[in-house]
This record gives sequence, structure tokens and C-alpha cells, in this order.
Amino acid sequence: MKKSSPGNFHPASAPDFLPPAQLRTLQLLRLKATVQRAYDHVALFRQRMDERGVKPAQVKSLEDIESLPFTVKSDLRDTYPFGLFASPMKDIVRLHASSGTTGKPIVVAYTQEDINVWSNVIMRSFAACGLTNEDIIQNAYGYGLFTGGLGAHYGAEALGATVIPISGGNTSRQLMVMNDFHVTAICCTPSYFLHLLDEAKELRINIREMALRAGIFGAEPWTESMRQRIEAESSIKAYDIYGLSEIIGPGVAMECQCQSGPHIFEDYFYPEIIHPKTGKPCADGEEGELVLTTLGKQAMPMIRYRTRDITTLTNEPCECGRTMRRIKRIGRRCDDMFIIRGINVFPSQIETALLQVEEALPHYQIVLTREKGLDQMEVQVEVTPEVFSDTVGALEQLQCRLGKSIETLVGLRAEVRLVQPRTIQRSEGKAKRVIDQRKL
Amino acid sequence: MKLKQLSLFLENRPGELSRPVHLLAKAKINILTLSVADARQFGVLRLIVKDWEHALKLLEKNHFVVQVTDMVALDVEDHPGGLAKVLEAVEAASINVEYMYAFAVKREHKGMLVFRFNDPDKAIAAFHQKRINVIGPDELVERLGA
Repeated sequence: MKKSSPGNFHPASAPDFLPPAQLRTLQLLRLKATVQRAYDHVALFRQRMDERGVKPAQVKSLEDIESLPFTVKSDLRDTYPFGLFASPMKDIVRLHASSGTTGKPIVVAYTQEDINVWSNVIMRSFAACGLTNEDIIQNAYGYGLFTGGLGAHYGAEALGATVIPISGGNTSRQLMVMNDFHVTAICCTPSYFLHLLDEAKELRINIREMALRAGIFGAEPWTESMRQRIEAESSIKAYDIYGLSEIIGPGVAMECQCQSGPHIFEDYFYPEIIHPKTGKPCADGEEGELVLTTLGKQAMPMIRYRTRDITTLTNEPCECGRTMRRIKRIGRRCDDMFIIRGINVFPSQIETALLQVEEALPHYQIVLTREKGLDQMEVQVEVTPEVFSDTVGALEQLQCRLGKSIETLVGLRAEVRLVQPRTIQRSEGKAKRVIDQRKL
Repeated sequence: MKLKQLSLFLENRPGELSRPVHLLAKAKINILTLSVADARQFGVLRLIVKDWEHALKLLEKNHFVVQVTDMVALDVEDHPGGLAKVLEAVEAASINVEYMYAFAVKREHKGMLVFRFNDPDKAIAAFHQKRINVIGPDELVERLGA
């Protein structure tokens, strides 16, 4: 880890180190402006605030944010496509859309100023993990409607780095470019990087011998065990970038070189942690749902947007000296969570259970079905050479141990099914861990 | 003296067995004998082939999980008590039989069986002592005319 001497930092990172009192003043100023803008230009926000009898002028301190109504994902669907825009189309220079699991996508808008803010926070993200204008960045996030590709691209250019806009997919080409262009950093989802590692092994390519030294991974929940595997197998540093389209895209928060949780760029995004069920604020350091309010967004201000991401917010000073608070890596989401026979289950729990039996995390998938009115959970686990045996008894024992480990951790019996390697689909975007076939 | 067996993990569904079999056929690798052990949801295909290293490479390249195991092939007399005599030799030495299967050829009233012992080297020593013929890879190929 680099010693945190102030001289080492990129000038654009200066706001990361604002004294807390100054930061709070800036946040309040921007919060007031955002609430006023949302109230004046977005019918839904005005209607919700009127219902509660709250006027923008009543926001006098940061704590007053708690009097404001939440915004949720379905609000974006209900006002599809342009209902939450606070700027006229002549000021909007870009639209992005997230896939959304069913039906219509969610549309988000940017003014030129919004694009500048977005580029700024991504540039600061790259700078935070030690990248400079000397770096060659392979941007394997998808270019297009998805915010990841263009977001990272503009930020990398703002930093002055060399950006390779390779987009997602075509794994062997990714590896060729990574090697031949002396790539030093890659942006993609952590599961896609694991896929790249598998493919490299297959092609007998050694990523360790390449110039690659950093990965900026985001756009899906991941775990510390995935980070350890990535770092052990590739000898790069794996950094966690956090963001979501509804707020701006990637670049809402980013890990510094201390790798101890993403710092939120609090000058532009105001975080709260709430109890997902009651909506009440959590105590300091308590785990709950992350709620974000944009502090500078013009085209699409977001007031208290419920991210569905479960994390904690820490005020503890970071060794890097940044004053911006940190969240814990998002390992799970409220809506990734599934309920089976009345029990809340998170894929991350299944992951932990599998890791207690096998040394390395195998590829797995959870399939939920309903048979004769009773929910069934099947966990499909790919057989690896490390655990395979020629005797049926040893394999059945493995199956049994995996099943017991899940039952102990989750409190629910799961059917473990061993499957052949490479039969569980590798997504080149977000890994699909749960297949819910129940007709509810 | 030991034979190499390749074991493959197979899921229990139609067509699973034919994939590796076709692969070997295309590469002109002859299967000397095989057995399938089945559990409720999966199976283990065990193969003895002539050029096992070639077969191993081919199967792994095609994403099969393969394990290589040492096996012991024996002549077993084809009359009552023939198998019992073989088993006595290993039982006396406290060697465990994990599983066994046969070759589909018979010669001079002798059948050929292949055994997976928990300790193949100790088993071979026990057979030598009892003057029971252990069939090595070269003899096997010669006798099968493969």
C-alpha cells in the first residue's frame, strides 16, 4: 500500500479530503437546491411532498431529510419514460436505460453538467485506487444503454489514461488485447473477470505475467472470497466500485488503495442507512438498506432512493485520509433475497456454506421450484477435479456434506445436485445466481 | 502391472453417456472395458482404454472432470470357487475391494476381472505370493487383440 502522503493524490481527488464540517455545509446547500428543483419540476415529488405537508423550505438541516418521502424503483417504471425528468429535453444530452427484469426498462437522463459530474466521480474513482494518466484501461463494461461502459469510458478519459473501449464479451479477444496492449487495469463485473481467468487457464495464458495490476469491479454484488480468489489467481488488486443507474451509474462510491470498503463521493451523493422493513434510520454502523439522495443532479434528481442494497455506513477514518464515509462491499441485496418456506435466504449465505466444504468456490446456481404446493430449493454445484472421485460413495458424501452445510447456515433443507463442469451458464454481465421457477 | 482407469462424472440424463463415447470413437480410441456406477442423480463412467493418456487429454479438453485410478486386472478361473480364491488372497492381507467389473472375453476357461483395491500395490504383492496371474497393460492389449 502506498503511504498516504497528500502529495501523492490526483488534484481532482481534493474533495475526497474535505474537512467534515465543510463537507456537511456543502451537502446541506446542495440538498436544499436538489429538493427545490425536484419539487418545482417533477410532479411525483411535488405530489408526495404535498401529501406529507412538507415544503422544500422546511429542509433546514441534513437530518431534515428524514421528513422527505422515499423514491423506489417502481416509481421509475410508473413514470416511464420521462416522468421524473427535471430538465427540458433541450438541456438533456444523454439517456441511458437499465434492463429491468420484466417489461419496460428504467430510463435515466443527463444534462451536460450531469455528464461532467459523472466523469468527475469516475475519474476520482480511478485516482482513488492509484490509476494515473500512465495507465492503459481495458473497459470491458458493456457500451450502450447500460451505464457501465460509457460511464467508465468518460472517467478514464478525464483522468488522461488510455482507454480501450472493448466493451463486454468475446473473451479470447479480451485476453489478446490485455496482453498485446500492455493493459494495466480492467473494468468489468467480478464474475466476468472470473470467467476471463477460467478462459485464460483453458488457453494456457498466464495473466500473472501480464502488466495488469488492477481490476475495477462492480455492477453486481460480490464477496470477500471472490476478491481473494481473483487476487490469488491473477496477482492483481481487485477494487470495488459501486453505483446504480438511478443515481448516476458507476462512481457513486469507490474503494481506495486500502481496500476497506468503497468511499461514497459524498459531495454528490448523500447516504442514509434504513431498516428495510420499517424505513426507520439505522443506528451508526448498523446494517441496513442504503438510501441515496443526489446532491448535484440536474436532469433527474433523486430524493431518498431506496437502492435495495444491504450494507453498513462507517464514519471511521480511513488510512488513506479520505473524509468521505465508507460503505461495506455490497454482498447482498434485499431483492436478491428470496423467501422460501417463510425463510429469508441470500445467495451469499449459500456461497459461504459451499466454501465451508470446498476450498474454492465452485460455480453454483440456486433453482427454486414448487411441487405440490411446497417450495423446493435445489443448489446445483459444478463438480471440480479437486473434489471428484471415482467412487460413488465419496461423491454422495460430498453431496451430503454440502447439503448439511447449507441446512446449518440457512436453516432449510436444500437438494444439492452435482452437475458437470461448465454446464451452469456463465453470464458475461451479471451472474444469475437464482432461478425462480415458482409460479407465485 | 497396474492398469490406468479413467473415471468421468456424468449427470443422470439421456445422452450423457454418448458424449464421451463419441469423442473417443472419433479419435479412434478403443474402449477395452467399462462400467457405469450410478447414484440417484449422477453416474461415474469408468473406462479402460489402450492409450489412456491420449484419452485423458481429449476428455479434459472437452471439459470432462476425469480422475485416473490404478486398477488391477486378474485371471479368474471360470468354475465355482474361482472368484472366491482370488478374494481370499486379498482378504488375508486386509485389502478392501472398492469395486470390480469384467472384460467381455474369456479364454481357456478363464475370465478377466478388473479390481479397484484400496491398496493396489499391496494387492499385487498378495497375488504374486499366491501365484495368481496379474495382467499388465501389454499382456491385456495382446490378449484382447486390441
